Amino acid sequence: MTISTRTLVEVRDAVADGAATAVDVCTDYLDRIAATDPSLHAFNRVTRERALERAAMLDRSRVADDHRPLLGVPIAVKDNLCTRGVATTASSRALDGFVPPYDATVIARLEDAGAVVVGKTNCDEFAMGSSTENSAFGPTHNPWDLARSPGGSSGGSAAAVSARLVPGALGSDTGGSIRQPAALCGVVGLKPTYGRVSRYGLLAFASSLDQIGPLTLTVRDAALLLEVIAGADPCDATAAPNAVATYADGLDGDLRGIRLGVPSGLLEDGVDADVGRVFDEAVAAFRAAGATIADVALPHASYAIPVYYLIATAEASSNLARYDGVRYGHRASLDPATATLTAMYDRTRSEGFGAEVKRRIMLGTYALSAGYYDAHYLKAQQVRTLIRQDYEAALESVDAVLMPTSPVPAFALGDKVDDPLQMYLLDVFTVSANLAGLPAMSVPAGFTPGRLPVGAQLVGRAFDEAGLLRIADGYERANGWWRESPTL
Amino acid sequence: MEFEPVIGLEIHAQLLTRTKIFCGCSTRFGAPANSHGCPVCLGLPGALPVLNRAAVELGMRAALALGCQIAATSVFARKNYFYPDLPKGYQISQFELPLATGGHLALPGSGVEVGLTRIHLEEDAGKSLHEGFADSQRKSYVDFNRSGVPLIEIVTEPDLRSPSDAKSFFTTLRDILVTLDVNDGNMEEGSLRCDANVSVRPAGQSALGVKAEVKNLNSFRFLERALEHEIGRQTDLLRAGDRVVQETRLWDAASGRTAAMRSKEEAHDYRYFPEPDLPPLQIAPPWIDEVRATLPELPAERRARLVRDHGLTRDQAEQVMRGRAGLTEYFEEVVAASVPARAAINWTLGEVTRTLNEADDQVDALRQRVPPAALAALVALVEQSTISGTVAKDVFEQMYASRESAATIVDRDGLAQIDDADALEVTVREVLASHDDAVSQYRAGKHGALGFLVGQMMKATRGKANPKLVNELLRKAIDD
Repeated sequence: MTISTRTLVEVRDAVADGAATAVDVCTDYLDRIAATDPSLHAFNRVTRERALERAAMLDRSRVADDHRPLLGVPIAVKDNLCTRGVATTASSRALDGFVPPYDATVIARLEDAGAVVVGKTNCDEFAMGSSTENSAFGPTHNPWDLARSPGGSSGGSAAAVSARLVPGALGSDTGGSIRQPAALCGVVGLKPTYGRVSRYGLLAFASSLDQIGPLTLTVRDAALLLEVIAGADPCDATAAPNAVATYADGLDGDLRGIRLGVPSGLLEDGVDADVGRVFDEAVAAFRAAGATIADVALPHASYAIPVYYLIATAEASSNLARYDGVRYGHRASLDPATATLTAMYDRTRSEGFGAEVKRRIMLGTYALSAGYYDAHYLKAQQVRTLIRQDYEAALESVDAVLMPTSPVPAFALGDKVDDPLQMYLLDVFTVSANLAGLPAMSVPAGFTPGRLPVGAQLVGRAFDEAGLLRIADGYERANGWWRESPTL
Repeated sequence: MEFEPVIGLEIHAQLLTRTKIFCGCSTRFGAPANSHGCPVCLGLPGALPVLNRAAVELGMRAALALGCQIAATSVFARKNYFYPDLPKGYQISQFELPLATGGHLALPGSGVEVGLTRIHLEEDAGKSLHEGFADSQRKSYVDFNRSGVPLIEIVTEPDLRSPSDAKSFFTTLRDILVTLDVNDGNMEEGSLRCDANVSVRPAGQSALGVKAEVKNLNSFRFLERALEHEIGRQTDLLRAGDRVVQETRLWDAASGRTAAMRSKEEAHDYRYFPEPDLPPLQIAPPWIDEVRATLPELPAERRARLVRDHGLTRDQAEQVMRGRAGLTEYFEEVVAASVPARAAINWTLGEVTRTLNEADDQVDALRQRVPPAALAALVALVEQSTISGTVAKDVFEQMYASRESAATIVDRDGLAQIDDADALEVTVREVLASHDDAVSQYRAGKHGALGFLVGQMMKATRGKANPKLVNELLRKAIDD
């Protein structure tokens, strides 16, 4: 079996059965990263030595019947997740030199489950963007076409899984940052229900929207990863106490009786013709597998983009205030004899943040300012409630809402980065799941004639990841687009 | 024209929790700089706050004791501003929906009722250190030990009308918070801090004047002096036909003046918004009842009870409460040992207090030397006329010195009162014989002369004679 065809479950089983050692597996993947990543730039940092040490430790301390769910599985994590002793940058100069003294809760849970973290993946700076071009360290390239963007902001994680550099990765999703790159790179991406996964150790972008989730080749792999990272956390007051299901056990492939809702009103404008065609085929495939398709109305969904860009930027303007040069990260070099405190702040933050981050801090600061708060932030919160109510109403009659993940396939690097509004509009189908707090996932649904992957998105009921995964798995079994891999 | 000051106070009180409000770090004062820190209270990337239940309960204690309404749902909010001792770039506080609203505090003596606007929970910032280092000319340092220590902010209505009332409010509030074990009352360590909003207006006018916020009033004396100065400053401005400018002013104790710190235009826009990292704080009635059940008796309640249950005058109640810590409890235990309250309070405020003051002892020492039951036994000897009040004072002094019981001392020293007329007869004759003058005066109608003769009798019996009996015997002997 070649590495490029292995799923996360297969890698885990190979180690658990003794067919391969953790070190063998880790070395294979690290070699593949070393050979391929220079053309992709999916990683900001590969922790080769640490990963091999840990794999060796796993092999040494192996006990019989070690059934840890991720035993010996190499995992890549987005560079906005704190890793103790390993630089964590969120792809920003602002965090130059910052080495976290602690692990994010999800990192600790991965390692407890036997996983081997092999590196930190590239992303848009502080997860702000949809193309991974807003990285201080340069963009990631789409494995299906190196001239194109992998999407973003978790573009590095999506590209790494797509190129089979790792069998699974973690990303974060504030307005589509797991699902959109998953769609553009042809992999599975899951944004859990808000509160399903602890955010402790995730560098906050927009605290009421951020969720960490898996990017994998298959739905079953995503289910397994979610099972490991999900659950209550005494370090995160917003992590929900709801019991975590054994998600992978419920995947029976049966779509009969499943009801799906397509918000056709929302899809009338702005969807690329090739994406539209692939999506129509996906709808037909669901139907063929026994699901029923109904039309659903999401009357306030058209406000999702402005609402999202008010709330997310407002929270970001506050969340990024801590990057002030006082305690860690970049600090402007000034003459202490003459420099004022204000000058230190101004220079440090001007030098540390990129253009998109500055733009969002300014937008968010404005939205929260005295005299503007009611008209902007408060109004956006009110509309957010309406959007959530739309989904709740729709999900009373259907099991999940089905729509394209992204209105366009992977776009050329440099194509949209100078037009922020155009870039923001790419989030049209993804942001509402974050605003409503609902679980949503993107599954590979086919290819454009130019052989660019297209994703179909499912949005489910709160804390019903089990139901969502079951539907996605049913579709995947009937189609298996994930088996197609990019040639590199 | 007469001017009237209008004053409202904002008081920050550190809550006596073991750990900080959003993390498990210690709140202990005086530790080496930056030894109590973690990702949460240092504002490291990715760290999240988790609310300390003990801080909420202490806030609830203060709110309940001050008669506030505790909100079923209160919401934490971020107060955004940049300063090096504020690690996250925002302070987690409460804004639109505070922990508690309403409530009031009556000033002792004057009876002025001061309304409370609100009580909210928040975290303290770290401490900037601008002096005391070799390179302080070029650098400032920050100690984050205090960062994340829980506070309540208590905001009053503008109900105060004089610096002395403001001082009285602050001292009364401090006593309550200390009694509640909510705050240690230590203003030197900064665990209790006060800011004041002050304006003046022509007497009789109902509209408020333009106010100044005066900061750094960290002692009772500074509060009073700063308010006096600031009221004078504003009054002088208005008398001269000038206007008061809305601004924040800083009290400088050294110069005894307030100085402008920042104007209204320079005021921060804190961009408050609900803290997304913390769910709304829900407080159900059973939790409130649970906390209410643990409240100790507050000063005003205690004063009222002492007057009501023991028939003390208001003045006696205040005196015993203002006495050494535990004196009221001592008094009540003496009463509980079947001593009439009037005798018990006279003893407590008289001999007991005098002895404690002279020895500079605490009530603990008193309890060891003269437990409430022992004092009760002594008072009983007086009530039964076994000894006179004068003798009793001497006996108390001996009890305090030797820890012996009253009965032991009275027996051994033969101090029991002489109630036997026969036993006194010889002495009566002797006294009358040696004071002819007084006897003649009495016979001439100067009844005061009898008192002199009684005194001579007491002297001759070393205070042991029953004064009432002596009176009767003398009168009878002279009349015969």
